[in-house]
Amino acid sequence: MSHLLRGHAPITEEGWSLLDAEARERLTPALAARRLVDFSGPHGWKHSAANLGRVRELAGTPVEGVLAARRRVLELVEARAPFSLSRAELRDADRGAGDVDLEALDAAARRIATAENRAVFHGWREAGIDGVADASAHEAIALGEDCQRYPRHVAGAVAMLLDVGVGGPYGLALGPDVYTRVLQTAEHGGYPLLNHLREIVEGPLVWAPGVQGAVVLSQRGGDFALEVGEDLSLGYASHDADTVQLYIEESFTFQVLTPEAAVALSL
Amino acid sequence: MCHDARVGFDQYHEPPDELPSETRTFARLCASLTEEAEAIGWYEQRLAIESDREARAVMRDALGEEFKHFSMDLEFLLRRSPLWRQIAQGILFREGDIVEHGEESEEQAVEGAAAEGAAVSGSASLGIGSLKGATP
Repeated sequence: MSHLLRGHAPITEEGWSLLDAEARERLTPALAARRLVDFSGPHGWKHSAANLGRVRELAGTPVEGVLAARRRVLELVEARAPFSLSRAELRDADRGAGDVDLEALDAAARRIATAENRAVFHGWREAGIDGVADASAHEAIALGEDCQRYPRHVAGAVAMLLDVGVGGPYGLALGPDVYTRVLQTAEHGGYPLLNHLREIVEGPLVWAPGVQGAVVLSQRGGDFALEVGEDLSLGYASHDADTVQLYIEESFTFQVLTPEAAVALSL
Repeated sequence: MCHDARVGFDQYHEPPDELPSETRTFARLCASLTEEAEAIGWYEQRLAIESDREARAVMRDALGEEFKHFSMDLEFLLRRSPLWRQIAQGILFREGDIVEHGEESEEQAVEGAAAEGAAVSGSASLGIGSLKGATP
């Protein structure tokens, strides 16, 4: 049995299928970073660190005449979103109920997807992760309140990337507030702003919970690396007569390999 | 008219009622992948003997559709089977000896999974992986 201890949970195989399907359905639209950065893995639960290919010289060695250096690695972070479900609801699911209350699972899925996006785009200091926006070598562009000016700002970001030799296509991660504003806006003549922005970047426009403002980043590959040990999984923690405590978990880290390959658009 | 109750379900080799819904979905996509591969083979044969230019253009367009369907089916299956995905990553889109890559990739992936204590035939993960190029 894996460390997820699913076999110890008072949940039937059909019940686990329902929970896995629900988690997958809720996570997939929210995992914005995975649509825009390179993905490596899953390398398994025992994978503990990403190779940086760098060393730190050691001043002292046990024996004179021996040189030494210590490898530098980027440790993976274990992220877990716990939640609790009613055992009565799970029994109803086994009976064929189609309206089982899985709200706590949905909220946990949203939390962990947001955490992954935030780590990738804005960093996670305690986990040693620098985010795409914060590591950018370019000055952030202020988006402002006027949506009609968004194409100009996004085109400006693309021009900044081209100027330093970072080729396209480009992707655009939009924080939820900005995404909603873009969806609601049509330019003069009724042309949807969303389509105009897509034409400018020539790549995906992604709804990105956890992102503040927006980020334009190259999609040519090799610039941003999300390394996953254990991919998102459902696990079991404990249960009592009425509830079962579960969690969604993953292990990952993230590296910005080319700080010039992204431009932040701040609110 | 009397219908054979099993008609339309011959992609299953075990009683469908006993199979988890995810396994049934996986089997459906495996069957779909097979059908797309067959269609690609058929169109290649038809194109090889068809002399009418317009008909060839239509069939070439249809062949492109089959390529797309096959690739989508494959990507779906690889996302749901991390070990398969890992082995495929060592083989697909690489220059060089295909058989050699296959042997190396299988060995590394299976040994790696065994070393991690993971079940070789599947994984408890949700199998989401990369979403680059996925439909929103």
